[in-house]
Amino acid sequence: MTQQLTASAEPEDRQRDLARAVKRRKYNRREALAGYAFIAPWAIGFLIFSLGTMIYSLVISFTNYNLATNTAAPVGFANYRGLAQDPLVRQSLENTLFYAVLAVPLEIIFALFLAMLLARVRRGSGVFRTLYYLPKMTPTVATASIFLLLLNGNTGAINRALRAIGISGPQWLIDPNWVKPSIVLMTLWGVSGTMVIFLAALKNVPRDLYEVASIDGAGPVRQFFSITVPMISGAIFFNVIVLTIAAFQVFDQVYLLFWRDNSNASPDSALFYAVYLFEQAFREFNFGFAAAMAWILFLMLLVLTLIQVKVGNRFVYYEGDRS
Amino acid sequence: MTANIDLRNVGAGLPDQAEGIQHRARRSPRGAFSALGIFGRVVVVLLLIGFALLFLYPFVWLLAASLKPKSEVFDNSLIPHTFSWSNYTDVWSQLPLLHWIFNSVAIAVLAAGIVAVSSSVVAFGFAYFRFPLRGPLFGLVLGTMMLPTSVTMIPTYLIWKDSGLLGTWVPLFGSNLFGSAFYIFLQRQFFLGLPRELFEAARIDGASYWGMFWRIAMPLAKPSFIIVFLFEFQASWNNLQGALIYLNAGGINGYTIPMGISYAMTKYSPTNGGQGDYQFVMVAALLVTIPLLLIFAFGQRYFVEGVATQGRKG
Repeated sequence: MTQQLTASAEPEDRQRDLARAVKRRKYNRREALAGYAFIAPWAIGFLIFSLGTMIYSLVISFTNYNLATNTAAPVGFANYRGLAQDPLVRQSLENTLFYAVLAVPLEIIFALFLAMLLARVRRGSGVFRTLYYLPKMTPTVATASIFLLLLNGNTGAINRALRAIGISGPQWLIDPNWVKPSIVLMTLWGVSGTMVIFLAALKNVPRDLYEVASIDGAGPVRQFFSITVPMISGAIFFNVIVLTIAAFQVFDQVYLLFWRDNSNASPDSALFYAVYLFEQAFREFNFGFAAAMAWILFLMLLVLTLIQVKVGNRFVYYEGDRS
Repeated sequence: MTANIDLRNVGAGLPDQAEGIQHRARRSPRGAFSALGIFGRVVVVLLLIGFALLFLYPFVWLLAASLKPKSEVFDNSLIPHTFSWSNYTDVWSQLPLLHWIFNSVAIAVLAAGIVAVSSSVVAFGFAYFRFPLRGPLFGLVLGTMMLPTSVTMIPTYLIWKDSGLLGTWVPLFGSNLFGSAFYIFLQRQFFLGLPRELFEAARIDGASYWGMFWRIAMPLAKPSFIIVFLFEFQASWNNLQGALIYLNAGGINGYTIPMGISYAMTKYSPTNGGQGDYQFVMVAALLVTIPLLLIFAFGQRYFVEGVATQGRKG
């Protein structure tokens, strides 16, 4: 605000000076510098820990990095070729895809169902919400140790409950067909994060819409698909993207249940992409190969998210109507 | 990249966020669904109770198992036939649990404290100051949320290795000094909800930019500061992968909770020559869950608020 207009005889000059002054005034120098100072910690971190590491891992993926000697001989696309030929990469990718396709829709449906139940009660919904949220607060390692015993094929509580209704439960953690459903089950137990997001969205749906619809004779099913789903489509969209990204990177539960020691009973079926990547990186120290795997994962997620955004933009309703 | 999608939605969420934090108690006049009949209401409540039991069952099971003698751990009864209180005294000599808890608490407090302060500084920079390229730079902040940890994991390890910090705790919270994208986003949302006149008045009274941030913005931002602190505390408490990378070389006493209990699960597993003393794993699992449940009891509204904010983004 300290700039002064230079007086000028020519009207055009004056006009130009004025325009320049206005443009300059948009950013106060002191303020702008202070702003940069405030965001400097992020900028430094970004250059080192985001951009720097990104570029560095891309470089490593084209080398045969040797941790012992700290040397990296360039090998061209050898890591990527090796990755395409490694049957375990393929296996882990298939497992991860299978898990994602199973987990994401179930999480969305279950979370939305719970949120709709919670939105229906006027009193006491806070208590239920708290109870439902507790699994989310439980450390993953505690959840895993509980489920390790609950899912035990012979003595676990889940199979005992199934037996009580006449179903002979599977060997959850051993049978290759049931390994991924076991992980899905654990994931579903902690679905409340997604639920809370749906709940917030449901609370913003205007009540009048339902009243008008029921006067017009729309039943509950029709109301759900014609009002609820479109009105919370933003939240659905967000949850699908976030859960998909998470599903592709699932690591902790799988590692704790199957890979913490060498006693894995079902090594093929329990090999997830992030687990194989981690094993390659920090057990085998094949940094080049692991970095290539990481970049492929990154590109897959990027493409997947872009597709979801493209599809999503076609049906997501934004309040406040963006043009 | 995907930054511009996020940006658009960030704007849409603003008023809600500030309002939500400040008037939390207000009952919303709007709410989904038409009124239910008495029958419908009973069904809904019964379903809610049923799911509550389903969600709580593992906790009750855990509590019971932690009190059982070894021979009964697998019997699935929710009330132990024989109460084996000694599990709770023996566990300390069975496992270096005290070390693990100390390590985890120290690391989590450092990680959360550091990231909450650094993210607030950066967030205030983006919220209050006007400077060239502010929008695109904030887009970059959001863009980094898309970056999978596996991409950065190996170079990050090499950075800590080359700075000679392997074997210390620094790799577990060092990058928090530079703020973290999601927390910067959350804090910025909050700062944007504060009236600008507040700061202009402080400027006229001669406050420095830092004074404005530290003495005006920060005290007001306590709720969102707590959200960030609690989120990161929980994330750090759960950080298995980081511990596996950076604490594996040290002794068992240097483990954090996720690694320690993982170790215990293996130690007692009969397939690894253990004796099947799972009651100790159960005691440990229960003991490390309690701090988080206490934090939740204290900060529940902050947690739920924070999670719900994520959704408003999209």
